[in-house]
Amino acid sequence: MKIPRQKMPEREPEKRNRDFGEVNKGLEVEAAVLEARRCWDCANPGCVSGCPVSIDIPSFIKLIEKRDLVASIRKIKETNSLPAICGRVCPQETQCEIVCNLRKATGVPVAIGNLERFISDFERREGQVFLPEIPPSTGSRVAVIGAGPAGLTVAGELAKKGHRVTIFEALHIAGGVLVYGIPEFRLPKAILKAEVDYLQKLGVELRMSFVVGKTATLEDLKRDGYDAFFIGTGAGLPNFMRIPGENLVGVYSANEYLTRVNLMRAYEFPVYDTPVVRGKRAAVIGGGNVAMDSVRTAKRLGAELAAIIYRRSRQEMPARDEEVKHAEEEGIEFHLLTTPLRYFGDDKGRVKAMECLRMELGEPDSSGRRKPVPIPGSEFITQVDLVVVAIGQSPNPLIAQTTPELRVGKWGNLEVDWKTMATGIPGVFAGGDIVRGGATVILAMGDGRLAAAEMDRYLKNGQR
Amino acid sequence: QFVIVMSDERGERIPLTIADWDAKRGSVTSIFMLVGTSTQKLSLLKAGDDLPVYVGPLGRPSDIQNFGTVVCAGGCFGIAAIYPIARALKKAGNRVLTLIDVKASYLFYWEDKLKKVSDRLFVSARDSRYDSKEYIPYKLDSLLKEEKKVDRVVAIGCTYLMYRCAEATRPAGVKTIVSLNPIMVDGTGMCGACRVTADGKTKFACVDGPDFDGHTIDWPELFARRKSYFDDEVKSLCAFERERFS
Repeated sequence: MKIPRQKMPEREPEKRNRDFGEVNKGLEVEAAVLEARRCWDCANPGCVSGCPVSIDIPSFIKLIEKRDLVASIRKIKETNSLPAICGRVCPQETQCEIVCNLRKATGVPVAIGNLERFISDFERREGQVFLPEIPPSTGSRVAVIGAGPAGLTVAGELAKKGHRVTIFEALHIAGGVLVYGIPEFRLPKAILKAEVDYLQKLGVELRMSFVVGKTATLEDLKRDGYDAFFIGTGAGLPNFMRIPGENLVGVYSANEYLTRVNLMRAYEFPVYDTPVVRGKRAAVIGGGNVAMDSVRTAKRLGAELAAIIYRRSRQEMPARDEEVKHAEEEGIEFHLLTTPLRYFGDDKGRVKAMECLRMELGEPDSSGRRKPVPIPGSEFITQVDLVVVAIGQSPNPLIAQTTPELRVGKWGNLEVDWKTMATGIPGVFAGGDIVRGGATVILAMGDGRLAAAEMDRYLKNGQR
Repeated sequence: QFVIVMSDERGERIPLTIADWDAKRGSVTSIFMLVGTSTQKLSLLKAGDDLPVYVGPLGRPSDIQNFGTVVCAGGCFGIAAIYPIARALKKAGNRVLTLIDVKASYLFYWEDKLKKVSDRLFVSARDSRYDSKEYIPYKLDSLLKEEKKVDRVVAIGCTYLMYRCAEATRPAGVKTIVSLNPIMVDGTGMCGACRVTADGKTKFACVDGPDFDGHTIDWPELFARRKSYFDDEVKSLCAFERERFS
């Protein structure tokens, strides 16, 4: 008997593109059990090696098939403290699902991400969050700097080992990019909050509105008795193109645009106090997930025209296929092989138009992607009243500036030993975007998991 | 340096200057002027109430050295911001001349504190209670001629005051430091809401500033960016007052 891959039910594009409700509805129990039956339970599962946090994927899936959902979620939580998030935002098609043996045989992998999401949603709906047994306190204190995916993972792992963990976070809500960057329609904030609550139940302490490097330095924290540190401060520094008119009103970095909408809830203005420009004609510059999140947000805030402006072609777009598909369904326009040259403002300094240039693809560059080459004379001008620049972020420089002993690479990233995530300073580890530059949530979690294991070893060896 | 404050759970994050502090008590003082929803909300708080966000110190500290003679010019909410700078400059051995400008005399505060840290204090207000009704950049202009040598000017207040002070000192080439007040969201350099053009380059006021050389600033751009949300600010205040008084 051949079971087809179970489709994730979604809300209709014409309805969902007017509000911030979640797009994907999640699998029903029967569909999840059917999907679980597709898994071969391989002796040598490729999927586990594709997962940066090495979830025992066949085991949790087979427990869904047996309808032992409680055991299934416990299995996942052995290696991943944040499954409701991973099930939603991981690019499974390039991680666990690409190395699924079923995919190698038939071309259609098991929907591992959808099943992970299903099982974590089940646990939250049942309201009985399972807490693992925590060993007696080791007496060691750990400071985790940054409450993004990397820091949350480190905190969860080390708390489970009996260390006393404090997370220091600059913003007023924990989650990093999960709270200020990824919109409600992809990752509801209530789900993030439940995951953070779980960490607190594991004994993790949260210190919000605390900017390490400003409120206190790493040295200050050392004097306060912290034995080990994890720096997970991310790549929060927005890149601009440095073209004329980029400082006009109505031109945002994606970070600012998404922070206003997601963290500060500007989409509920004036019930919430933070405003945001609501453009009728919105252009988003870039082709990654952040660009997709921004353009779909602009559409939801009332843009009649919401367009992606990307200098390469569809094939080179770094955004997840699912996000691009969702954007297309929601009426987003794609202007590929196009780059902005300058923005024009009105007499009040507000953006009103942009000049663009068409490109064609030339030879592959050092990254292996074909380099966009301008087509001379192809300039054109189009009306816009909202521009979001989503061309990437650089590592946040705050900690490196106040901790001169840290080794900093060419791109402002912290340098670590990739086998242990240790920086040059004893007891100080780092991971996620602060070492990688702008990467993915799951790679940050993978770094966090590795760093946590090494930090545990460091603390137990009594090197301090 | 400054802090970012959020008045309540539905509030926005706004920047306020650190005007004074007491390390023994562990306290920080900020002074704000009632201009919109967030400051209205702050003004309704009572002693003992908590703020959901009070984060800092942010920004780079002001450059304090023995420059010689320094003019500190402040207006309205900038009075509080000028105080710790005048105090530090005085302590560093400078001759400190303080110019204060207020729309009306009842908006002047901290006169005693300012007197203590200034060699000369000059106050102008649009009404008649103080020595002059003259807008402060004119006074700055005449002071530059009157004094043998002014080594530096520090101006803090509304954008217009800082712009006019920078223009007043430009012909004589007296170094003029302004503490810019663009729109901010996070205050830690992650969004660029506060970006300004200084010396032809884009800078983030929250991490590269807020202090800049006033002669290098693109003032028209800063004026335009500060007015980004004018209509929304009015709408927000109307909604808040309707909710409060109905």
